[in-house]
Amino acid sequence: MSEGTGISRRQFMKTSALAGGGLLLACHIPFGSRNATAAGETVFAPNAFLRIGTDESVTVIVNKSEMGQGVYTSLPMLLAEELCCDWQKVRFQPSPVAPEYNHAQFGPIMVTGGSTSVRSEWERLSLAGAAAREMLVAAAAGRWKVDPAACRAENGIVLGPGGKQLSFGKLAASAAKLPVPREPRLKSGARKLLGKPLHRLDSPAKINGSAIFGIDVAVPGMLVAVIARPPVFGGRAKSFDASGALAVPGVRQALAVDAGVAVVADGFWPAMKGREKLQIVWEEPEESKISTSAMRRDYARLAATPGLTARKDGDAPAVLATAKKRFEAEYEVPYLAHAPMEPLNCFVDLKADSCLIRTGSQFQTVDRNAAARVAGLKPEQVTLETTFLGGGFGRRACTGSDFVIEAVQVAKAIKLPVKVIRTREDDMRAGYYRPMWYDRVSACLDEKGMPLAWHHCIVGQSIIAGTPFESAMVKDGIDDTSVEGAANTPYEIPNLQVELHSPKNAVPVLWWRSVGHSHTAFVMECFLDELAHAAGIDPFQYRRRLLAKHPRTLKVLETVAEKAGWGKPLPKGHGRGIAVHESFGSFVAQVAEVSIDKKGALKIHRVVCAIDCGRIVNPDTIKAQMESGITFGLSAALFGAITLKNGRVEQGNFHDYQLMRMQGMPRVEAYIIDSSEHPGGVGEPGVPPIAPALANALFVATGARVRSLPITAEKILAALGKG
Amino acid sequence: MLIFHVNGKERRVDVTPDTPLLWVLREKLGLAGSKFGCGEGLCGACTVHVDGQPLRSCVTPVGDVRGKKVMTIEGIPENHPVKKAWLAQEVSQCGYCQPGQIMSAVALLKKKPKPNDADIDRAMSGNLCRCGTYGRIRRAIHAAGAGASTKGGKKP
Ligand code: FES
Ligand code: FES
Repeated sequence: MSEGTGISRRQFMKTSALAGGGLLLACHIPFGSRNATAAGETVFAPNAFLRIGTDESVTVIVNKSEMGQGVYTSLPMLLAEELCCDWQKVRFQPSPVAPEYNHAQFGPIMVTGGSTSVRSEWERLSLAGAAAREMLVAAAAGRWKVDPAACRAENGIVLGPGGKQLSFGKLAASAAKLPVPREPRLKSGARKLLGKPLHRLDSPAKINGSAIFGIDVAVPGMLVAVIARPPVFGGRAKSFDASGALAVPGVRQALAVDAGVAVVADGFWPAMKGREKLQIVWEEPEESKISTSAMRRDYARLAATPGLTARKDGDAPAVLATAKKRFEAEYEVPYLAHAPMEPLNCFVDLKADSCLIRTGSQFQTVDRNAAARVAGLKPEQVTLETTFLGGGFGRRACTGSDFVIEAVQVAKAIKLPVKVIRTREDDMRAGYYRPMWYDRVSACLDEKGMPLAWHHCIVGQSIIAGTPFESAMVKDGIDDTSVEGAANTPYEIPNLQVELHSPKNAVPVLWWRSVGHSHTAFVMECFLDELAHAAGIDPFQYRRRLLAKHPRTLKVLETVAEKAGWGKPLPKGHGRGIAVHESFGSFVAQVAEVSIDKKGALKIHRVVCAIDCGRIVNPDTIKAQMESGITFGLSAALFGAITLKNGRVEQGNFHDYQLMRMQGMPRVEAYIIDSSEHPGGVGEPGVPPIAPALANALFVATGARVRSLPITAEKILAALGKG
Repeated sequence: MLIFHVNGKERRVDVTPDTPLLWVLREKLGLAGSKFGCGEGLCGACTVHVDGQPLRSCVTPVGDVRGKKVMTIEGIPENHPVKKAWLAQEVSQCGYCQPGQIMSAVALLKKKPKPNDADIDRAMSGNLCRCGTYGRIRRAIHAAGAGASTKGGKKP
């Protein structure tokens, strides 16, 4: 089906009767119809989202991966609102990989990322629901021989004149024979579902053990494999002796794959025991023998040299050169692992002319195509079924499809269904980290104490360079994900210059929940705080003055200050810090209240958060995502660091890569701004402000300014001159 | 042949006794609700009860539970107050850690029907949740402890 150009807000839809007389609705909507700049483009994203059964069931087919963010509820809510069905009858079903399930805005791939699920699907699912509703109403009107305008749908029933009623299930078969409305009308009037804190449809399965994650996939005769991996990135097995491994009962085979040496066994445990017995000679390329301490020195040197210009307003270097007083600081953050609770894994059943993959992927089309390449099949011959994801955070949208490719390679060699499981150590040491970043900032103030010039140099690897996305996402050498949140800061600074260095090395890097914002918010919000204190102005008021033209940012800032009791007295030794940041179309401000204990360790007492994410679907999910983002950000701010020595990753499990635990977790309060703006994301925007809010609070509480993450007791004591 | 009880049923498995209980449950008995998160006793995703005590099944050789009574998430009744509280407080995000969290919470409440925050910190700090559901877990445990699991939650 094709669509002419320039026809915005027109939908082509088709229906087909399902076996059993149900109604399957597929709608085809021009890409970007909401977006003025994209209007007229001829990209089409055909979709199929809804199934109504004669049993009254309403199944919403969800093209987004469920990894905690609640898409199996929020996306059905969007459709159900317009359908006017009975919410109790709504079920969800993960979609297969097919063009009609491609991302509505990211081009021809199925992907869950960028905190876009709700905002990118809002229109498409609303229209799908509205079109189905109009057809059901028309079917009822036809049966009653009345004007459809005299009928309406409510709670899964079409109501007609004189008290006539027919349920959706009874109408499904006849509705399926009707033409699809070309321009379904969205309903007016009060929302029944949107904006309500509905319970998640996937919760029951998640608390009784029945939810199937990738690691739970099992079929009769399936084998389990673990892979011995090289000690350094880019290393490979020169030779190996598997005789010891093969002597372990239950071990079937040992074989070389690109990722290392796989041991295939009847189960995980024999595979593990076999792996221990492997004798492998590894080849370690010289360029792999990286140490993060040396990298840090290189980055610091680079940061003092001019980089590519990502933003230039006025002439910051010139203004700074003549400034009476300059403020300068270096900020740094380490590599971070995503560490989803479910380690990476992938099930593959490869046949001569077909391949079935069952895994928790955020990047279905990319993974499927990679599997096809490795298997020597056409992409259409590969079926990828998306399971529940035990956390994603970007790791399961891997530009290199690493966990899928290795499993297909094993399957290809053994010709039996197999599941490759990574241990926690495998998962943590396999790379695809949030890059390590080093930032150097200098600034000077005007006579009122406000920033006059800001010169910011960012150093860190591009997560996009060298991937198939480079041509689309790296412009003039600048990967926008490296500078987002800094180059587009809303703060009014007359002379602003942001520069970027993107050094390359062997460590694989990837988007990590909140991507570039995970480091830029830390630098922007901490250094601005330093300037406020230097100017002797309250940091909250300082930000307010710089955000006069940004009402949404201002509003979350003011809300969080009010809710946190900004300015109200605190117990001795406690301090409050504030930070605000825009990302993924949403605005989030946070206030942290902290103190330190006798050993210098940071104690967090309370975190208050305000978000403006525009129009909302499920307020409880939004609050949950704020709590989640804050916890994720706290783990990074307090503990997170992946370091390398001689090419070896020094961390492996949760004893040396610590996460927040129940003990130590502060009280978190989240407030949602009532907004009718275009919807923004919620999965990621809760992360960026917490680290700077914490560091800023620490300064107020103790006078220690820590400019490097994680904020450890040693760094605090060193900053206090007690180290 | 190793004999023990799982969720009230006698089970016999033919594995080497050093095999961790977790993998026996998951791969031999088809009980995949207990999860693998670290394999080192560091995350609690694999928590089960053995003779009523919460235990990390990833570091418990199956040989050690010979003749004992194992309870997994699949054995917790649907109407258990902890499960009801979990739903009412809408605790789960990705859900991967939740079976382990629930097993730890059930064990805590059995020992201490009305735990305070310090009790919850002690009993639950071995269970990691990467999604950050700690605040809700705390609320759910308090609610279940207060017998208020069906109140206090949000209306569907
Ligand atoms: S898997 Fe057992 S404690 Fe982590
Ligand atoms: S809900 Fe995802 S790890 Fe706890």
